[in-house]
This record gives sequence, C-alpha cells and structure tokens, in this order.
Amino acid sequence: MAISRRTFLKASVAGGVVVSALGFDLKPAYAAVRQLKIRNAREYKTVCPYCAVGCGTIAYVHGSGGLNTTKTIIHVEGDPDNPINGGTLCPKGASQMGLAISPRLRKSPMYRGAGASEWREVDWDFAMDWFARKFKASRDATFVEQDSQGRTVNRCNGIAWVGSATVANEDAYLITKTMRAMGLTYIDHQARI
Amino acid sequence: MTNHWKDIKNADVVLVMGANPAENHPCGFKWALEARDENGAKLLTIDPRFTRTSAVADKHLQIRPGSDIAILGGLIRHILTNDLHHADYVRAHTNASFIISGDFGFEDGLFSGFEEAGSRYDKTSWSYQRAADGYVRRDPTLEDPQCVFQLLRRHYDRYTPAMVAQIAGCSEQKFLEMADIICSTGRADRVGTIMYAVGWTMHTVGSQIIRTGAILQLLLGNIGRPGGGINALRGHANVQGATDHAIVAGILPGYLKVPTPEQTTLAEHLEASTPQPLVPDTVNYWGNYPKFMVSLLKAWFGDSATTANEFGYHYLGKPDGDATWLSIWDEAYHGRLEGFITLGFNPLLAGPDIPRLLQSMSRLKWMTVIDPFMLDSAEFWKAPGMNPAEIDTEVLYLPTTHWIERDGSFTNSGRWAQWKEKAIDPPDGVRSDTWVLSELFWRVKELYQQDGGAYDEPIQNLTWNYLNPREPLLTELAKEINGYDHATGQLLSSFGQLQADGGTSSGNWLYTGSYTEAGNMMARRGTADPTGLGMHHEWAFSWPANRRVLYNRASADAEGRPWDPTRAGIAWTGREWIGDVPDYGRTTPPDAAGAFIMTEEGVARLFSSQMADGPFSEHYEPVESPTVNALHESVPVNPVINWYDGVRETLASEGDDFPHACTIYRVVEHEHFVTQNVPLLVEAMPDFFIEIPEGLAAEKGIENGGRARVWSKRGEVEGVAIVTKRIKPLLVNGRTVWTVGIPVHWGFAGGTSNTHASMANLLTPFIGDANTRCPEFKAFLVNIARAEPRAT
Amino acid sequence: MPDTLAIKRISATPSALIPLESLRSGGPVYSKLVDISKCIGCKGCEVACKEWNDLKVEQTANFGSMQSHKDLSSNTWLLMRFNEVEVGDDLQWLIKKDACLHCEEPGCLFACPAPGAIVQYQNGIVDFNQDQCIGCQNCVSGCPFDIPRFDKSTKTVAKCNMCIDRVEVGLEPACVKTCPTNAIQWGIKEDMLALAEKKVETMKRRGYEHAALYNPGGVGGTHMMYVVPHGDRLEDYSLPAHPVASPAPLHGLSVLRRVGSYLLGFGVVSALAHFLAVGPESPEDEAWEPKP
Repeated sequence: MAISRRTFLKASVAGGVVVSALGFDLKPAYAAVRQLKIRNAREYKTVCPYCAVGCGTIAYVHGSGGLNTTKTIIHVEGDPDNPINGGTLCPKGASQMGLAISPRLRKSPMYRGAGASEWREVDWDFAMDWFARKFKASRDATFVEQDSQGRTVNRCNGIAWVGSATVANEDAYLITKTMRAMGLTYIDHQARI
Repeated sequence: MTNHWKDIKNADVVLVMGANPAENHPCGFKWALEARDENGAKLLTIDPRFTRTSAVADKHLQIRPGSDIAILGGLIRHILTNDLHHADYVRAHTNASFIISGDFGFEDGLFSGFEEAGSRYDKTSWSYQRAADGYVRRDPTLEDPQCVFQLLRRHYDRYTPAMVAQIAGCSEQKFLEMADIICSTGRADRVGTIMYAVGWTMHTVGSQIIRTGAILQLLLGNIGRPGGGINALRGHANVQGATDHAIVAGILPGYLKVPTPEQTTLAEHLEASTPQPLVPDTVNYWGNYPKFMVSLLKAWFGDSATTANEFGYHYLGKPDGDATWLSIWDEAYHGRLEGFITLGFNPLLAGPDIPRLLQSMSRLKWMTVIDPFMLDSAEFWKAPGMNPAEIDTEVLYLPTTHWIERDGSFTNSGRWAQWKEKAIDPPDGVRSDTWVLSELFWRVKELYQQDGGAYDEPIQNLTWNYLNPREPLLTELAKEINGYDHATGQLLSSFGQLQADGGTSSGNWLYTGSYTEAGNMMARRGTADPTGLGMHHEWAFSWPANRRVLYNRASADAEGRPWDPTRAGIAWTGREWIGDVPDYGRTTPPDAAGAFIMTEEGVARLFSSQMADGPFSEHYEPVESPTVNALHESVPVNPVINWYDGVRETLASEGDDFPHACTIYRVVEHEHFVTQNVPLLVEAMPDFFIEIPEGLAAEKGIENGGRARVWSKRGEVEGVAIVTKRIKPLLVNGRTVWTVGIPVHWGFAGGTSNTHASMANLLTPFIGDANTRCPEFKAFLVNIARAEPRAT
Repeated sequence: MPDTLAIKRISATPSALIPLESLRSGGPVYSKLVDISKCIGCKGCEVACKEWNDLKVEQTANFGSMQSHKDLSSNTWLLMRFNEVEVGDDLQWLIKKDACLHCEEPGCLFACPAPGAIVQYQNGIVDFNQDQCIGCQNCVSGCPFDIPRFDKSTKTVAKCNMCIDRVEVGLEPACVKTCPTNAIQWGIKEDMLALAEKKVETMKRRGYEHAALYNPGGVGGTHMMYVVPHGDRLEDYSLPAHPVASPAPLHGLSVLRRVGSYLLGFGVVSALAHFLAVGPESPEDEAWEPKP
C-alpha cells in the first residue's frame, strides 16, 4: 500500500484519528511538511546590494499588489537565469532580506544642533529647508568666480559631497549633474577607499 | 575588469593577488574554480595571509604587505631572462618597439627628471623619439638599446629571485615555483588572468602595482583575450557605475576630464584633453573627445548650452588642485570646509586615521547624512572620547530608501549594467535619494531666485525636463544618460552617432546604447551563449557598445586570426569580425590600425608617461615599513607622494616601538559596515577580532580565543585573538617580521554585535598613492600585547 | 506523477525494520554531493539554511576561529567547521559543512521510540516531526554522526530536514541552491555517484592521491555524500571512518527500549511502554543516558 503524508492528511481530514490496515495509529506520522513559503508569492527580479559581482536575485513578495495591500517581502534567493551567479548567493546575499527589513532602518529625519548631546526628530519640511539654506549659505560664502590670476573658475570651495557606490547609475548620474552644476569640486565616493 | 566574471572560466592560470575573492566575491569566484576543475587551470594566491581563497588554491605564496611590486617585477624579469614572453603579441600589440628619448634614465631609486623641491617629476625625458614625419621612431627588431623592450629588460633586471625573496620575505624556491606557472601563458594556446582588488590599490604605490600587473599580462599576451585580462574586483554593488558616472573628483561622466583653471576656454579644454596620434596607424578613439564633452554639456544645460556660451563650459567648477578623498578631509581638518554631505556611505569608518577624521568632522559647520540607517558618521560626536558639548557641527540625518525599494541599474565589476525591479514600497516617512536630491536642487534654486547670491546661472539653467520634477523616474534619467539626436528626437543607439556641434546630447557616452528606441537594453534577460565562452550578449548591457571583453582586437594576431581558435575573442572572416562586439568596426580590416584603439600609440603601453611616479614601476616601501628599501636605501618610499601638513608626525619614526607589519581586510560574512544591521550575519561573524600568527602569540602570551590589543602611532584596538598557523614569520632583509591582520567591519554606533568601537581605521595612516591618492590601508606598523578578558 | 512524499520508514513502527512499499513511485531518490575541494567556507549554506527554515538567530561570540558557533544546535542545523592542519610544511585549511547526512539506514530512526517522530521518505530524506517527538534523545545517541540536537525550550530534537518543503515541489535544498562555488550539488543519487567519481579523478589529477568518496556502507550509504581530498585523514574533517547503524541486532537495554517502541507503535497501552522506552526519569534529565 502506498503511504505518504498526503494520504495521511486526507485520512485525517476525513476521519480524525485513523487506524490503518496495518493496525497502528497513523496520525503521529503526518505532522505536515511545511508548505512552501514562497507559494503564491509575487516575484521581482533584482540585483544583490552588496559587492560588484552583480548577482541576480528574486525577491518573493506577499500581497496582491492591489490598492488596499502593503507588499511584504518574505524571502530573497538567487535568480537561476542570471549567467553570472546562476542562482547562487554568498551568506550576505542569502540573508539580504534581513537588510531589507532590518529593524534598525530609520523612518524619520533627525537633527543635532551645535553642542547638543542628543538627536531631535524633525519633519521633512524642516529638514529640507535647513539643508537648502545651509547649502546656499556655504556656497555663497565660499564661491570663487575668478581665481587670483583672474581666470574664471566658478567653483564652490566650502562644500564636499561623498557617495555613493551603493546607489543606482541613474541616481549617481543625477548626483554628479546636480553637484557639478552647483559648482562643487570636492566630490568623491567609495572607489578610492 | 577588462574581462568579466564568467570569462574567468576560460583561463589556464588564475593569479589572485591583492584580492580575496572567495571571501569578498564568492559568486564570481566560482568561475575561477570552474577553470581549475574543468580546464585544469592552476589557481594561485599571493597574499600576506593564507585566506579562504588560498584554502582552495593550488599554491599559495605568503609575502610581506607592501612588497607586491618586488614580486611582480621579479616575474617580469623571469619572463625576460627566460624568453617566456608571447613574442608575436608583444611585437604586434605593445609599444615594445617604440624608441625612448636618450635622456631617459633611472638611478638610485629615481627616474630622470625628479624635482626635489616639488616632489614631482618633470616628464620631458620620458618621451618617445620622433622621426622626420613627426611620428614615433620604432625598431621592429626590438634591439635598439633605447627601445621600450630593452629599457624594460634593464629596469627589471635588478629584481632577481634573491632580491624578491629578501624584500617580500618569501623563499626563492617558492617564488620560482610560482613564477614558472604564472609565466607559462606566454603562448598562443595558453592564457592567464589576474584577479586583484583593493589589496593592490591601497598602497602609496597602488597604481604602479596595477601597472606592473598590466605589463606582466602584456608580455604574456594575455590582454584582450577570453580567459585573460587584468581584472579589478570591486567592492560595492555599483562602485563601477558610480565611477563611470563620475561621483569622483577629477572626472566627468564617461571618464571625461574636469576642466582646470588653465583651460580658460572650451577650445583649450578640448585641445588639452584630445590626444594626437603618435603613429599613423592608430584609431586614437579619444580623438572623439569633443563629441563626448559637448554632448554631455548639452545633456546638462540643454538650450542654454550654445556655441555663444561655449556650451556652458564655464558653468562647471574648475578645481584648485587635487579634490580627492584625502584632500577633502584635509580641507576639513584645517577648517576650510563648511559643509559635508554624505549619501549611502559611512565615511568616518572608511578612514584612514579615524582620530584625525573625528577632529576634521568637529571642525565642519554642518553635515548632512543621507542613508537608510543611522551611521557612525552621523553620530561622530558620540564616538568614544568625544565631548558633544564641545562640538558645534550641526548634523542632519535623512532616512532614504534602499536598493530593493527602487528600480534602476547597477553596473558590476565586469561592466554589465543590469536593471533591477522595484520589489517593495518604502515605509511611510522614507524618501528616495532622487527625491532628496531634487528637493535640494529646487529649494536651492528657488532661494537663489528669491534672494540672489553667488553665480547661480548654472543652477537656473540646469536641464530638469522630468514629468515629475520633484522626483524624476529612473527610466527618464537612463534615457538622458543614453542620449538623444536633437534633429529627430530619437534615442541614440551608439556613441558613434555623437556630434560635437550640439546636435546630440548624452549624459555619459559610455552608456549610449543602453536605452535605445528598441527599449531598455540593461533589462534584457536573454540567456543564450552561442560562443560558449560565457559572453551572453543578450543579457543586460555591457559598456562600451555591449562589448564583453575590452581590447578584444588583441585576441587575434596581426592578420585577425585568433591566437587560440578554441577561445576566440573576435575573428576576421575576410569580410567581417565575428565573436564579441569588436573594438574595430564590424567590417574594418585587421591591418587598418593598431589593436589598442584607445591609445594614441595604437598599441598597449609597456612604458607610459601617464603616471606621476615613473614610466615603469619601482618597489618603494610603505611609508611605515619594518625594513629598509633593499634596492635603494636613499629613496625608501615613493618620492612623489603628497604629504599633507602634519601627517609625518603621525607616522612611526626611528625609535618608536612598532615592529610588526599590519594589514586590514574584509571577511565574507560582512560587507563593510552595513551588514552589522543583519542579524544572521552578525551571528555568522559576531565580533571584531585580530588575526595573530602562532609564534608571535606565543611570544606575547596571547591565547587563541583570548584578547589582544594592537596599537599604532595613531590609535588602538582591542579584540578576540584568532591565533593561526596561516600567517608565518617572514625573513625580510635578514630580520624576522611578523604580520598581524585586522578586519574592518566594526564601528561604535549600535549594531547587533557585542563588539564596541574597535575600528580597524583607528590604526591606518593618512597618506595616499602618488596617482590616485588612494590611502595606504594595506601596509603599516603596529605593536601588540595580550589584553585581559573583559567583564561581561 | 510521482508521490514526492512517499514514506519509507516511520519510527517506532514495523516499517522501521521492514521498509514500506509504495504502489506509486516515490519519485527520484536524491542526494547532495559536497565537494570539499571546492568549499570556500563562506557560510552561504549555513546562512541560507537558517533563512529558509526560519531558524532563530543565536547569540554567538568569537572563540578564536572563523567558525560561527562552537556546535550545531536545534536552531543551527548546518555548521561550517574550520580546522587548520599542517603536515610538514603543507598547510591545509580544512573546512567542512557539518549537517545531517540522511543515512539510508538511519540510526536516529531506529533508536526512536516515538511513533512518527522520525520519518524516512522514499526520496532519501530523514525528517524529524517535532510534534510527535517525546524528547527522549535516543536519536541523539543513535546517530553515528552526532547530528541531532535537543532543544530545551520545546523539549524536542531537531536537525536538517533537507528542506523537504522545497524538495517536495521539485526545488533543491536552500544550501544547495545558494552554494557560490557549486561545492554542494544535488540530483538523483546515481548521478551524484557518477559525478563523485569524476571529482575524485579531478582531485587525483590535482595531486590529492588519497581523494575519496565518503558514502559509508555501515549506514547503507548517505544522501549527503562528501568528496574528500584527504581520504586518508577523515578524522581531520571529523568524519567517522566506520559509522554503523542498523535496526538489528538489538541488544542490551536498547532491546527493551525497542520492544517498547514497537509495542507503543502497535497501540498497546502506553504506560509500560513509556517506562520501557524512556525509563523512569524525566526525559530532560540528561544524566540517565550520557552521550557516547
């Protein structure tokens, strides 16, 4: 006779405690195998956030994507179609969901005043207003239109921008475009370190 | 990488040096093991430590940190004294035959033209001799005593196996065993690759280490070939792309040059930046520089970029000298920098010399930190030893989205730009980097409109034609990067279409072809591999022009026949090139020009006047070294590195007791600092530790699993001791030298780790490479002692 | 379609002695193959195992090793063990994936007195059902590889289940899928045996003259096999040279226990059986049967 967890399960649903033809209680054996947790999850093809191997990954997400649901990421594993990694991932890649949902991710802008010993939570409007005003004030205070030899240099000496090797190409491009237009020349990222 | 990850499987010899891919690039490293087991390739590691890469290598050679050029120089000598070079390749594809000025020389550690006062070289004598027609004189026999080949032979002749062993602390015999394998690929039917990473770049001679590796590979005929190349393994998901798009001092997108004050007009900038051919038969592709530069200015300033205003040339800031990482910190240290903005980066922990960086941060007026996580950098005023009350720096922290909450492309080490989908939405209260940047731009622009201020014309005229100007779509930006033909309004399909007259725009010429009228090429998912070499041309987009192996013209001989038909990069059929996307035009015949289309020589440079510190490389000791320079005691360290004010005092000097070599590194369980936020990884590698050789531990009474303390002239760390057989004592210039290893991954701000404030970069020196100013993280001096167990 | 969950043996039932026959094919008989010469000790498998199986994160502390935990636990089913061995001046950093080998003749199952607490499938997987486990830890002493671990909070024993939830639907286990260097491979056992032969040849070509397959006959072979570069130094990998597990002969106290188990399995009143099976002491009291 064929015995499997599936037949056990059916028997269980039909009749509760079942004694089989073999004469022993079958119930104990069918503690059900855990159902595949990514069953019915939506798949999104993405790329690992860590090193520059560029491993393809699949994020498994619960939630229909409908207006009334928030998508919940439940698992990430390697994308087997990606020719670079062929579905494999190192320990960092294999645990990247832990980064995506880390309890230490922050949700609010914070401000620390001169001499203060603690942060103060602020809203985005305050934050961006402060940021823009500081930026403009330092730009105005340190901008050099012509150097000591009278050559047009149009540079902002007093502000530096660093990062990032972790943003997408498109954001990287927008950073360069915006900051060069502002006249910044102290611009660098993780490439050197 | 000249090649790409999967291509490593095609190699016969894989040399891993200055890298530890088993730990830092495990999924790329699989292709090295594939070569080992399927091709019978030899896998070799040369490193100060026996790493997890060494654990699966065929051979490992332990060397002293900072002795890489001695090793590589020794390999070059081994090739030239034993005639192991790929002679046909060297003759066809390198500048071996080029004749150098009779004034060129090298003596007692200095190349000709050294100017003591400025710590720099006058490079006049490093130039080619010219014939009557203005082009370089060449000697195809390679026998002229002033030809590059002969100069190369003479220069590296000092790097005898005995000298190599004396400097690096390895045995002569083990070095020669390695050399025989590495130098076995100087033949048409064999090919070898080099995998390197920051273990090469992070030295005061970092750029020259890489050049020495490149010279080695050129002599062996390994550049441009599948299974060959010189392959930089990069550390962040998009460090390649962020470099291509120039969040980098000194360059603009596509490796165009940042204008200098001397270049007072666009014409002068273009003239200075556009190389002239040195031989008649060169493509000299950088001759197209004006097309790339003008198209970039058109992408940025649109209709405001006209011939009347030199396409907005003066909208770009012209820096006053070096503006790289160390110079930024030096500006802050001396109180000249007011504001510091960091995005997706933890600059304080990145170092070097964290005590100095903490002082520098304290002298800023303000700092903005943009990141998904609260960072040590944002909380520098809480660092151990800091008194917040005395620090007036205002700090703003902005929480932003991370990779999985956004689409966009990442470019990997192998230059493949891969598009990723957005998987989930960010939580309430979290904004994208694009939003923050746009909001900053608009608010600053509007403040200038209201209040006026310093020269705001470039800000007012910056193109911003996005459907939602407060948060552009990344696909809109991808198209802007790709570029348009203004006459038709169509997306361009190739950088060959770019014009210097303002008729085209492109935010980065290298990415032209990545998002065309046919769609987003970076999102392609075709898995076909018709060459069988792992090129996968229908997967994503590889810059430039979807080419998978750079310099692939050199994979074939002068007639266009592949050196090895079983591993053909490209092959000439008589009518066209087949295989990879060729360097040449598809139907350009093989004898049209030299193989190296990006150089004005048309060939690769064994001798190069582009470097700040010599046309050949030379072994110089790290600025903190346990020994003298065995080649020239009078010039121990790189003579043209930049010494920032007050740095000499922070280095170990005569009489200080710092006898041990130290190097810092990364482990597989962590990526820099961000993985301290991932519980499973903290579990897998929980604590800061110090790797100590058995003999040294015994001498100091340090027990495995006990605690040890390590200090340099700059700072001190304490952690768990891993006492290991994997690091041996070295005999260097007749003295025993021990090496201590320290991982970088820990900070002071929170974390799930039970390690606190043991930061590797408390120890490292504030000094950088002569060309890139990449800091010398990889070789410095420390002392070590047993520490008492901690009360828990 | 094969029944991918067809059962072969159930603990404390006659099927432990005489494997069940299936009417329908049980589908492929699988095996993992671990090529130690390709393992870089990255812990990708270790982390992927915990991630997929939702195992709790444990507080670890570095004890002077690259190894994360000192030992396996009920929440760590897979552990990379690191061992530096030097023979002459030949330094080997031996790194081994330690986890359940899924024996063809599973000592844990033979020793288990609780009906259905341990199940062996036709596909080769040996799985523990914690809801039937009585916490007696006989499986721990029955295992020749020292793999199962008792969990004090749930009073049950746990170990690798070969990601049976994945295998059931045709996916390879999480450790296999993630392994960056293809050091862990997956397929039907015959294919893995053929692959192992090829790998042994490759290792011998590379100079490992004692390279060998580890698929010990004393337990009927295993469904996680190793290819070991130093087949003459199994102890350096903590691999027993001659592991044994067999349902017979029964002897000593274990006879009584096993008889008790079967009685229990056949539905005989359980008080006596329980006494016979687990003895008079409470199962948590580890003193009553020290581990070998």
